[in-house]
Amino acid sequence: MSTAVTQKRSFGAVLWDYLTTVDHKKIAHLYLFGGGLFFILGGLEALVIRIQLMQPQNDFVSAGLYNEMLTMHGTTMIFLAAMPLILGLMNAAVPLQIGARDVAFPFLNSLGFWLFMFGGLILNCSWFLGGAPDAGWTAYAPLSTTSPGHGVDFYVIGLQIAGAGTLIGGINFLVTIINMRAPGMTYMRMPLFTWSSFITSVLILFAFPALTIGLFLLMFDRMFGSAFFDVSLGGNEIIWEHLFWIFGHPEVYILILPLFGVFSDLFSTFAKKRLFGYTAMVFATMLIAFLGFMVWAHHMFTVGLGPVANSIFAIATMAIAVPTGIKIFNWLATMWGGQIKINSAMLWALGFIPTFTIGGMTGVMVASVVADYQYHDTYFVVAHFHYVIVGGTIFGIFAGLHYWWPKMFGRILNEKLGYLTFWTFFIGFHLTFFIQHFLGLMGMPRRYWVYLEGSGLDTGNLISSIGAFFMAFGVIVFFYNIVYTAVKGEKAVDDPWDGRTLEWATASPPEHYNFKQVPLVRGLDPLWVEKTEGKGTMTPAEPLGDIHMPNGSFLPFLMSLGLFIAGFGFIYHMDYNWAYILLFGGMAMLLGCMLTRSLKDDLGHHIPKEELEREAD
Amino acid sequence: MSDHSLNPEVMPNEPEKATLEGKNKFLGFWFFLGGETVLFACLFGTYIALRNSAAGGPTENELFGLELVFLMTILLLTSSLTSVYAVYHMKNNNFKKMQLWLGITALLGFGFLACELYEFTHYIHEYGFTFRSSAFGSAFYALVGFHGGHVTFGLTWLIALMIRNAKRGLNLYNAPKFYTFSLYWHFIDVVWVFIFTVVYLMGKVG
Repeated sequence: MSTAVTQKRSFGAVLWDYLTTVDHKKIAHLYLFGGGLFFILGGLEALVIRIQLMQPQNDFVSAGLYNEMLTMHGTTMIFLAAMPLILGLMNAAVPLQIGARDVAFPFLNSLGFWLFMFGGLILNCSWFLGGAPDAGWTAYAPLSTTSPGHGVDFYVIGLQIAGAGTLIGGINFLVTIINMRAPGMTYMRMPLFTWSSFITSVLILFAFPALTIGLFLLMFDRMFGSAFFDVSLGGNEIIWEHLFWIFGHPEVYILILPLFGVFSDLFSTFAKKRLFGYTAMVFATMLIAFLGFMVWAHHMFTVGLGPVANSIFAIATMAIAVPTGIKIFNWLATMWGGQIKINSAMLWALGFIPTFTIGGMTGVMVASVVADYQYHDTYFVVAHFHYVIVGGTIFGIFAGLHYWWPKMFGRILNEKLGYLTFWTFFIGFHLTFFIQHFLGLMGMPRRYWVYLEGSGLDTGNLISSIGAFFMAFGVIVFFYNIVYTAVKGEKAVDDPWDGRTLEWATASPPEHYNFKQVPLVRGLDPLWVEKTEGKGTMTPAEPLGDIHMPNGSFLPFLMSLGLFIAGFGFIYHMDYNWAYILLFGGMAMLLGCMLTRSLKDDLGHHIPKEELEREAD
Repeated sequence: MSDHSLNPEVMPNEPEKATLEGKNKFLGFWFFLGGETVLFACLFGTYIALRNSAAGGPTENELFGLELVFLMTILLLTSSLTSVYAVYHMKNNNFKKMQLWLGITALLGFGFLACELYEFTHYIHEYGFTFRSSAFGSAFYALVGFHGGHVTFGLTWLIALMIRNAKRGLNLYNAPKFYTFSLYWHFIDVVWVFIFTVVYLMGKVG
């Protein structure tokens, strides 16, 4: 509300606002904050790894601590940094892009965030409580079932809680995109970011339950003495690998597809052209998602599933290169003949294309079973997945942040600092990971603590470590840029990029109800349609009237806190009897909050028409 | 939405989908059940992989008795039918009859749960067949127990809904709640049909 902007609010009021908010734009802020925090932690862990490997037989960290570092680096970056940052972008942009006032389930949206946050916290509490998980981010049994101490227990409980939050977020976006689109916003008029968020949500919905079950089995084996992975009682460890990768492979597409959407929106905006091959892009995304479920066993080529199974999975894997290639060519064709404007956001998008293409090419290499026996568990694979995850996901997140920052915070990120971040990070990235292809081909295995002198790995590792510091520098500049922009940044207008989609048709940052009147969509790139017809603003689809908005609630925070407390109960109930108090107390808190939510009517509130008219002045 | 519009003079044909909130709940719940399907599919896969790993303990054929399982199946399938009657009366805006049939549904559900508890204690005490005794035991209790947990949660949910709304009757705010419960209950029923087939029938015959 306009009065709220002018009044300075106390810190406590702001904090309480964020703890109870169900507004998708504020939840986006929370996701970005949480994801950013864990991104720093994961980055520090990566630096420790690179310092340890900087020279042969280094003793910067012990072998055990090194295992914890590499496990937590992978787990943190995937589940606690990349996922929430993506969900943050989705929260920030998707409802605006479809012309909605909020998501379908604002309460669940908030619950999803707090579950992620408390899951991440519990995982990182392990550092202070006897040691972090050390069985790799894949936690293969029996390494994970026999790992001493509580490290892996923290992994199980933390990911279980955070994963539940992600699943909730996925369902929320599916329903939002199906039910809440503005009049005229047909499926084939949705911006590519909305499309890819939609398809990603399908992946989340069908992939995360497999992780949930895998984690439950691991939890039962570790905490309740069951025998799923205990061979002496008839168990089978390969079940974990299957469940983990049935989740894990779709997960990598969950990580990349939304950013494909970001790049598509960016290329058409900054080339001032309609996206080339829109329909092909949509169907390529669907095809990637579909094939993404059919290829999990390519992570298990060396397990010994047999030549037939290996061949089928290899061919399915290589098939994914086709829709991905369609996308690459469509992006290039979008820029072809366009009026290209290069800024920080566009730089990340331009840097993405060659980087990701290299990652895709090595992807086809490791998809070949025969060759994979050579690549498996070497630095070649490490280089491959960093090229796709950093070169695709992280570049995409940076691009999306630069692109939507004005919409989210009302200020434009500083361009000079943006350039500095991009170039140091981009050069540092290739310095770190390109050489790792060759280290892998020379036989350096991943996850090893030290390597011997004179095995030809010294220079490569030194170069790789130097690159890591360039990346760290770039990230520091980016965080400085955030602070600089918040203090001195240039105020953004509603439509700073001469945009094409609906989010640029509302204020920067938007009012909490997004659109005073829901806009009428008359084509693909709805705002651009109005601009080309000389009008420049959206036609309202409804007369000005009362707006119905959901009420804030503190329950999502309390529910997640309940699970957080119960999580410690689960972890320690084997050692101490008092832990049962935490276990049952936490669960009672969760179920009590659920019951309250179910039984107490919450009808939301109305913003009266008169107030909206006053604000127009 | 004002209270008046949630209590219209004439209830619409499909009260569970008459409001945007109702539509969202309806669709969201279907998606949730989609996720639940994967959840149970993974447990079924694990069970099929481990069902012959009795590690020298009792095997499927020695444990299972189809008489009790038959009774449980009848109870749960009937409860699914009675929940259909309840939704039928919801659509006719007959709150009392809806509550009656929901009550019968709950009773049948409790009957099922009692049988299952008896079954588990029987296995544990007569055969020493526990969650820890073999991989088969772990997989059996995980799958069937997960289903039983779903039944327990559903019954708690149902009773909470019935008590909360006992005095105020049906409106457009709580109709989606009753309806999503019935979806959940059917889903549990479908899962049981698969458990009956894969665990018990295949265990006795296969």
